Amino acid sequence: MLLQVRNLRCGYGSLEVVRGISLHVRAGEVVGLLGANGAGKTTLLKAIVGLLPPWRGEIRMAGRPIQRQPAWRSVSHSMVLVPEGRMIFADLTVRENLQVGGYHNPDRALHLDLVLDRFPRLRERLHQLGGTLSGGEQQMLALGRALMARPRLLLLDEPSMGLAPLLVKEVFAEIRRMTESGLTVLVVEQNAVATLHIADRAYVMETGEIILEGQAGDLLHNPEVKRAYLGKGHSAPNA
Amino acid sequence: MTRLAKSWLPFAALAAIAVFVQRILPTAHLTQITMSLYYAIVVMGLCLVMGYAGQVSMGHGAFFAIGGYTTAVLTTYNFAPWKQSGWAGLLRQLHVLVLKEDLYGGELLTTTPWTAFVVAMLLTFVAAHLIGYPALRLKGHYLAMATLGFGLIVHKLVLGSTLTGSADGITAVPPWNLGLGLVVSGKRVVRVQNYYIAVVLVLLLLLVLRNLVQSRVGRAFQAIHNREAAANAMGINTSAFKLKAFVASALLAALAGVFFTHYAGGISPSEAGAIKSVRYLALAAASGMANLWGAAVVSTAINFGSLRGWFGSLDQAVFGALLILIISLAPEGPLKPAGLWLQRALGWLVPTRPAAPFPTAPATPGAAPRAGE
Repeated sequence: MLLQVRNLRCGYGSLEVVRGISLHVRAGEVVGLLGANGAGKTTLLKAIVGLLPPWRGEIRMAGRPIQRQPAWRSVSHSMVLVPEGRMIFADLTVRENLQVGGYHNPDRALHLDLVLDRFPRLRERLHQLGGTLSGGEQQMLALGRALMARPRLLLLDEPSMGLAPLLVKEVFAEIRRMTESGLTVLVVEQNAVATLHIADRAYVMETGEIILEGQAGDLLHNPEVKRAYLGKGHSAPNA
Repeated sequence: MTRLAKSWLPFAALAAIAVFVQRILPTAHLTQITMSLYYAIVVMGLCLVMGYAGQVSMGHGAFFAIGGYTTAVLTTYNFAPWKQSGWAGLLRQLHVLVLKEDLYGGELLTTTPWTAFVVAMLLTFVAAHLIGYPALRLKGHYLAMATLGFGLIVHKLVLGSTLTGSADGITAVPPWNLGLGLVVSGKRVVRVQNYYIAVVLVLLLLLVLRNLVQSRVGRAFQAIHNREAAANAMGINTSAFKLKAFVASALLAALAGVFFTHYAGGISPSEAGAIKSVRYLALAAASGMANLWGAAVVSTAINFGSLRGWFGSLDQAVFGALLILIISLAPEGPLKPAGLWLQRALGWLVPTRPAAPFPTAPATPGAAPRAGE
């Protein structure tokens, strides 16, 4: 078990957003975490990497408890978050963005080449400022920047956000391809269909709790998924 | 032009300007430039905090004063009554204390400037950690508030304490013998020498800071300034970095204070005042924040004008007007548009190769020299 979350509770102020969530990710898997806006998916990711202190519960990475660690330590636990909205360093060049990503990687010069081989578009844009890239290119840069740290577990927050449907397909295909080199991925998404097409397993979250889990293929045909994806009170007509 | 030549060009240019200025200005005016250069060091340090770590300090006048007052108190306080005691003898042997004669032939046992310098740096190091550590663990501009309070406290302390000479400050601070025949002092015979000591010190610090901001550490600073949460997720300990930047800039301010005090032969409480801190802050903003060259040049020029009394009693008003002009016309500092204009003028005078139909080299914003480089 690479990542194990047990009974996690956290939130902002007195508002509990994640209400006792348990999930796990095995090495080499792509796991989807689906749910509508406000279900608590991003909050959960923040708690996993340490950007938000958990109130209760346990987070283990490769068996080691990490729930009291600050966010900057998450990289030394071989996990990297690709934040929502990509959060490219707009005033740094593509190259510098990647170098910052490899901040803790002593072989970052060598690794830069490997990442650029994977994303040839970034090589063309190497000296351009991050903020001048298109949405799709920025997402590629965010992925490349995360890979620079040589993580075992990649945590993706809404990688499809703000991308045209064609680009979503391209980005998701790239995410699937990354697992071929041994990477494990936990992807948080509103776009359930795209996620289920590349994931092995998935969890469905609603108002801070997990209401469904299963193999991606099964969930894809589950009428509950549609309902949960659209949120409470928006049941699909044939559900 | 090779990359190496390009990276040294600004240093050569600044050195040339410095020599030129010394040649054309009357020697008497060098005093004010020397002082302005020391002030510029404070502004350069603030650039590191504001432009690269994205934090605001309102207390750099206080760090300047800590440096200045520490050396002023230690190098003027007379330990002669304890001359016979064992510890005084030991410290004399260690060159921490030195025995001199005062104007009237009395005995004067004082701390050596080098020792005072080390003590000033250590004090600043501790003070900056005490202020910065709690303030920088919080998000937002808590550092600005904490340093503002700190500055007010330091100002009141030096004003109210007899040890620091109350409202008169401290005078008769001895010259600082740096070794190699170099003496930091305001005496007329060493005026030119002192001008060059300040110029070389500023150039040296520019070199150190430039290398710092272009290194892995510098990239981390820019990443923090750009997007703190993302930098955190990349494994950068953002609060530790911000603290380091703050402490480094406080040390620069104190360093400037030590040199300034030996040069001016004294220090007054106004150096610790809030208005001074605000002035440093405004100068850093007017220099383009993440622009170390701008900080050195703009701050020296504006302070020189003030110290020469060009604007008389309207000094603060003119200073304010200049800031408004700079910030509205050239928000990235006046050096940037001036540099671009110079580049264009040079390109017009010396036509290089004809433009390629398709740009082969990356003709992008990233390839242009960026702020602080």
